[in-house]
Amino acid sequence: MLDITSILMTVAPELWLALAGLIGVLLGAIFGERFNSLSFKFGALALFAAAALAALHFGGGEAFGGLVRTNTFVNFAKVITFVLAGVALIISEGFLKRHETIRYEYALLIIFASLGMGIILSAADLMTLYMGIETLSLSSYVLAAFHRDSARSSEAGLKYFVLGALASGMLLYGASLVYGFTGTTSFAGIAEAGVTTGALFGMVLMIVGLAFKISAAPMHVWTPDVYEGAPTPVVAFFASAPKMASTVVFANVLFTVFGSAIDQWQIIVSIIAGLSMIIGSVGALVQTNIKRLLGYSSIANVGYALVAVAAGQEFGAAALLTFSTIYAVTSLGLFAAVLAMRRRGGMVEGISELGGLARNKPVLAVTLSVLIFSIAGLPPFGGFFGKFEVLRAGLEAGLVPLAILVVISSVISLGYYLKLIKIMWFDEPTERFERVDISVMGTVVLCSVVAGVVFMVFISELGTGGWATFAAAGLLR
Amino acid sequence: MGGFPILSVMTFLPLAGALLVMLVRAATAGSSKGESTAQSKKAVLLAAVIISAATFVASVAAFFAFDRSATGYQLVEQYAWYGPISYKLGVDGLSLSLVMLTTFLTPICLLASWNSIDKRVTEYVIAFLVLETFMIGVFVALDLVLFYIFFEAGLIPMFLIVGIWGGKDRVYAAFKFFLYTLIGSLLMLIAMVYMILAAGSADFEVLEKFAFAPEIQTWLWLAFIASFAVKLPMWPVHTWLPDAHVQAPTAGSVILAGVLLKMGGYGMLRFSLPMFPDASAMFQPFMFALAVIAIVYTSLVAWRQTDMKKLIAYSSVAHMGFVTLGIFAFNEIGVQGAIFQMLSHGLISGALFLIVGVVYDRMHTREIAAYGGLVSRMPIYASFFMLFTMANVGLPGTSGFVGEILTMVGGFQAATWAAAGAALGVIFSAVYMLTLYRRTVFGEITNPELNDIKDMNLVEWICIAPLAALTILFGIAPNLIFNLTDSSTTRILSLMAGGQ
Repeated sequence: MLDITSILMTVAPELWLALAGLIGVLLGAIFGERFNSLSFKFGALALFAAAALAALHFGGGEAFGGLVRTNTFVNFAKVITFVLAGVALIISEGFLKRHETIRYEYALLIIFASLGMGIILSAADLMTLYMGIETLSLSSYVLAAFHRDSARSSEAGLKYFVLGALASGMLLYGASLVYGFTGTTSFAGIAEAGVTTGALFGMVLMIVGLAFKISAAPMHVWTPDVYEGAPTPVVAFFASAPKMASTVVFANVLFTVFGSAIDQWQIIVSIIAGLSMIIGSVGALVQTNIKRLLGYSSIANVGYALVAVAAGQEFGAAALLTFSTIYAVTSLGLFAAVLAMRRRGGMVEGISELGGLARNKPVLAVTLSVLIFSIAGLPPFGGFFGKFEVLRAGLEAGLVPLAILVVISSVISLGYYLKLIKIMWFDEPTERFERVDISVMGTVVLCSVVAGVVFMVFISELGTGGWATFAAAGLLR
Repeated sequence: MGGFPILSVMTFLPLAGALLVMLVRAATAGSSKGESTAQSKKAVLLAAVIISAATFVASVAAFFAFDRSATGYQLVEQYAWYGPISYKLGVDGLSLSLVMLTTFLTPICLLASWNSIDKRVTEYVIAFLVLETFMIGVFVALDLVLFYIFFEAGLIPMFLIVGIWGGKDRVYAAFKFFLYTLIGSLLMLIAMVYMILAAGSADFEVLEKFAFAPEIQTWLWLAFIASFAVKLPMWPVHTWLPDAHVQAPTAGSVILAGVLLKMGGYGMLRFSLPMFPDASAMFQPFMFALAVIAIVYTSLVAWRQTDMKKLIAYSSVAHMGFVTLGIFAFNEIGVQGAIFQMLSHGLISGALFLIVGVVYDRMHTREIAAYGGLVSRMPIYASFFMLFTMANVGLPGTSGFVGEILTMVGGFQAATWAAAGAALGVIFSAVYMLTLYRRTVFGEITNPELNDIKDMNLVEWICIAPLAALTILFGIAPNLIFNLTDSSTTRILSLMAGGQ
């Protein structure tokens, strides 16, 4: 058992990120402001390296006496998460520079948040899970309030913190109940002990706590405010990497810890999923701020992902990975496009500002349209395959009403997605946007190509579909 | 299997052309600024016409490679894709005839835009070519998911065509078109996923032989009809059509009436009958009732229209009622008639929208009241208009007659009352079409602006004359089409009988 190489390889991505973060702190202390710009490259490289480390040990393993266990399911999420976090970091630099808030702490916070994501994905024990969640959350609160001179940003950070602390409390309380009734904090131990009535209470509280982290209704209220108030690149990060990680963790906890209680949590998750879809898509209809709109849209999309979770491990695991990957990539691209909305007076966020984009910036308009159609789930773009997989999982598990709700919510959400398309293509042009950073534009194009075309071609046995199936099979081990 | 992938080439040729146009445009965007762009616009349009003409040639090649005497799907191409989904293309007589209608109408549509589209021509051409790929794809796909992708993806370019190049209320019309169609298709998607799970395959040939339990069939049938009824469109979900038609540019209306509506009929023949035979039989009276209501009611509505395009749009709904009637007669003559009616209506309604487009380009109004006495200024135009009016009414010798009479005979064999109701619709169609013709073409010229209106120009001749020729040709020699669709009709009906 004491195979030190195996243990090190299992925790290598997190060890590396912790190390990189500390080195970053040191470099910051030594070089001060001269490190500001460099820290972004440093952080992105560290994150890509972490993704590579996770990919190297894709099969996973166990470490620290069962506190940490990885398998293909979580490693799949890890690789995607770290890459997205790295890209989110790269596109932040220009924005922060223009707002004169560029500081190396930003990159370090993203690294630490990613460390938290790595830990929760690897967690095989309630303690590890909680530690990871707090690492992620505390970094996120600070990131949301990163523009500390802006009232909106500070408000977003404070709101996020107060509500997040409440959710963490519930999660911790639930975890303690589960521990109390099963006598162990290890995932495997709890699963073995079986879910008694007392532990069920704990489970419900844990679901509530985790639902807050993934912004599922009815624990979603913070999302639009934080998305609107926090600096745009921070939101681009929130909406992609942590979203993917926490959704997968949500599923991981339910599948591996409470797998035997599926009859009990299936109904809870179904209700959360249904509420999220409807609240998200109806809420977005009336928004005029694009970040708020995308915030509501993310609530709806979490609802779709939860349909795959509700379908259970057997049917839903692969579908969840496929859906979340496509969603996270598309989401990052969308927020990168929001970053491109810049005029002389600074950033603009009203959806009407996109007027006539097709004529002013045709490349941005085409790629943004692909992203919007993809997130709306229209074929032939990637989002369709995500939604198709979710529907397949839902129907396979016999959740017919939920599948119908997915359809209804998709139609409602088309109302605002089409509105964006209409503004870009049908309306008269408004003033041109300023030149877009090459990294931002590159990300928009890259994400739209990935979401629009690559998924269509490669969602085969060899591509994501096959990988997701393979990765999901890792849960069984 | 094996051999030259003619269907893939035909399907993706327009898409490749669209990409080419996009790249060429992007490469020359910098240099052509400032100079007169009228010429480059014509060049783009011409390139698109050539690409779509090449697609037509490809479809003709497919026609010659197709063995009309054999049953089943031919020219099949199949590659494993993802799980139970495969990339599978193939045609039978039914789909090949609709593919040829598509490839025939698209170059005409692009050519018809020669004078009427003058803004954002590159985008227009790209949207049209992409749309063509999706339309052909719908007819050649032999896999549920692939079919759905093409079926639904076609909404995007059509949405843009109506929304960007449409009339005054184009945004409303485009949204209505999109959302109506989407609700129906998403219900169909759920049914499709269910079918894939139940049968373990998305392959049409497997699903046709798979016997779904009768009570399940009912639900699946309803979900599929939800989509096809909107697309066809059937009363009472037809209301998006007049709006979309009125607001769409001429070429958009032609393609909408000519091809997109046919997807509904195609879907009924491809899915509802062979895959859910019990449910189809159960719902026969229901479908007949809807068909008769569509024929009678929308004919009356058409009569009261003051807008020429709206009148023809309502007339389309009525004519699609005949298609429903023929399909759900479940007999050889009715189904043959329905297919024929679809093709014939594609030609005639397409031509009628072009006819309206001709005067709209000159006068910029579609109000019937603004016209009158056109015969004295535009004699050739009046003759063509007369031909298509008569074809739409169903005059013997035109293709319109064959489709209507066959569907009615088929309907008569299945349910006398339905055929009787449909016959009433034929009378009404004469009423509204002749009224339209009289008020626009005959009489005194009341509108002084009409005094110096010009007759059809060369481009309009090229667009309309082939449609006129085919309308008469198929009216005199309908066997040209029946020979092609015979074996697939027999096959659909035998699959249906096998299931019951």
